[in-house]
Amino acid sequence: MSPMQRKKDRIDALAATAGTAGDIPDAGHVSESGGLSLIGSAWLRLRRNPVFLVGATITALFVLLAIFAPLIAPHSGTANPLIGQVTTNHPIPNPQSGYPLGGDNQGRDLLSRLILGSRQTLIVGVLATLAGLAGGLVLGTLAGSFGGRVDTVVMRIVDVMLSLPSLLLALAVATLFGQPSQWTLIIAISVVQIPIFARLLRGSMLSQRSSDHVLAARALGVKRGPITFRHMLPNSLGPVLVQATLVLAVSIIEAASLSFLGLGNPDDSSPEWGQMLGRAQDLFDIAPHIAFWPAGCIVVVAFGFTLMGESLREALDPRNRR
Amino acid sequence: MTAPSPAPATTDTLLSVRDLTVEFGTKGQTPFRAVDGVSFDVRPGQTVGLVGESGCGKSVTSLAIMGLLPKRGNKVAGSATFDGTDLLTLDDREMRDRRGRDVAMIFQDPLSSLNPVVSIGVQVAEVLQRHRGMKKSAAMAESRDLLDKVGIPDPSRRLKEYPHQLSGGMRQRALIAMALACKPRLLIADEPTTALDVTIQAQILNLLKELVVDSGTALIMITHDLGVVAGLCDEVNVLYGGRIVETAPRHELFASPRHPYTNGLLGSIPRLDGARNEQLAAIPGSVADNIPWTSGCAFAPRCSRAIDVCRAETPSLEQDSVAIEDHLLRCHNPWPTGGEA
Ligand SMILES: Nc1ncnc2c1ncn2[C@@H]1O[C@H](COP(=O)(O)OP(=O)(O)OP(=O)(O)O)[C@@H](O)[C@H]1O
Ligand SMILES: [Mg+2]
Repeated sequence: MSPMQRKKDRIDALAATAGTAGDIPDAGHVSESGGLSLIGSAWLRLRRNPVFLVGATITALFVLLAIFAPLIAPHSGTANPLIGQVTTNHPIPNPQSGYPLGGDNQGRDLLSRLILGSRQTLIVGVLATLAGLAGGLVLGTLAGSFGGRVDTVVMRIVDVMLSLPSLLLALAVATLFGQPSQWTLIIAISVVQIPIFARLLRGSMLSQRSSDHVLAARALGVKRGPITFRHMLPNSLGPVLVQATLVLAVSIIEAASLSFLGLGNPDDSSPEWGQMLGRAQDLFDIAPHIAFWPAGCIVVVAFGFTLMGESLREALDPRNRR
Repeated sequence: MTAPSPAPATTDTLLSVRDLTVEFGTKGQTPFRAVDGVSFDVRPGQTVGLVGESGCGKSVTSLAIMGLLPKRGNKVAGSATFDGTDLLTLDDREMRDRRGRDVAMIFQDPLSSLNPVVSIGVQVAEVLQRHRGMKKSAAMAESRDLLDKVGIPDPSRRLKEYPHQLSGGMRQRALIAMALACKPRLLIADEPTTALDVTIQAQILNLLKELVVDSGTALIMITHDLGVVAGLCDEVNVLYGGRIVETAPRHELFASPRHPYTNGLLGSIPRLDGARNEQLAAIPGSVADNIPWTSGCAFAPRCSRAIDVCRAETPSLEQDSVAIEDHLLRCHNPWPTGGEA
């Protein structure tokens, strides 16, 4: 089985969980007697799920860190108080009092740059995911609403996008813009995510198309617009939004790899983890710790988002209902 | 072969279905006939029953009339003339304008027929905005009145609630409100009470009788339950394997059911006045044992009265020789009048 086929199958399996979205309110629900709603029962199960708790905690800490980074960081990200300790033989200042992780090769505080880097990393991840989501929503809605020939054409385009190795596609987009920047990074990553979201949404839209409530709405003469946007789309979004959580993790890693390859923001006055990692590679022999810290942060945060996304998906999957 | 049509459609006929045939199947395969030459008439204000076991083609018949069958993978033939226009020849847009305005339909499962993420009020108002061009606020006010009319208590509150917050009976009432919002001249009810419990079933049937029958709206009542037919329908069509096997006015059908299949259906109604130890007669086998109508009577393998001719010759739908009223029958060896269950 080709990797592309595997990718497709995984997306379609996800979409299939949306096929039953129509009966979700029934399944976990006791009507009238103040019973549980869909969200309510999912939340009850999530609250008892250690996987979700760990993921959510990591995610929450990361987001808080990113928001309050300038307040938390002990030093500025651009000042170089340790520049006096940077020598040709010993380019990386050691950890010392006031600078628990030491400095970088320009005498800047490593800890402060890590903390400040969380913000840039989050911004890139979130914007890339949102852009991918937006593109996927447009294509998926087109395919799922019109079906037939439109569906065929849109899905062939999506398949082509899906078949390109994501890093290669990202590289192409980044080089297309000539000068790499934070924005080429975001565009590159989101282009890679579009086909995943599109395929996912199209799958759940198609299962909505044949659902009872859409048939009932058509039996009342409701037009295509409202059928799509009021009856199909809102009921198809569940798996797409869960996927977005998972894509956040992928985006952060992808951003790191692109920055590492020098396709990120060249200006290091606003630090970003992938970029810090990239800069650390020349000095890896002498000072592995300056690569370790940003790499560790990326892994932990991506892990957090993945745990949260997977447990959300599990909780909202009607097949897991007891 | 085609069945002889019932008496030609008279001028006061609202819907006249003639030789409706629906075939499913992709190219290359032998198509499967879900509906096979079905003809019946509905007059304004009349209630016509389509009765039969699961899989006999009741829903496909109604979806074909409504133009709601999937666009691909099926072939519809025959005609369904509504007020002078053959609905089957209308294009998508014209048919869409008629649905909900001239003809409406309610379905079996009220929960899954409602959009789970949109409030009841907005769903009812949507129909009014669509066909009567009402503004949102006016449509909401009218929706409130409609919910009130279908007997939903505290309609102002229910308007803002979501389908999962309503009981099964209330959901079906809301769907009836939506179907009747634009005062259609024909309502098709596809097993509207099957998913509800018995006490609620009676309420919903009463509601339909009150709102539909008494207001002069014609009703096609689809059911597998002859009990429902007894309480509501003027005219009954019994379907088996996609064909009508017996058609008669309600009194005639209940007084002298002639087709063994109709008798079987009648025998499977529990009777409150029946003796304690009286067994419920069920029809042996199931529609799954169905054979096509091509070689003999499709019901023959399950029929207690099957004789040789039943397996050799396909019976046609003919006026019953002994009946006084209009009574069409597709059977070689029917029960004598006043047949026993
Ligand atoms: N879209 C379809 N494609 C292929 N076959 C279909 C399709 N829809 C219905 N059928 C077939 O047509 C036959 C009649 O189905 P229909 O839904 O009309 O039965 P029904 O009388 O309404 O039964 P029930 O009481 O279970 O609702 C069935 O054998 C069914 O398998
Ligand atoms: Mg049916």
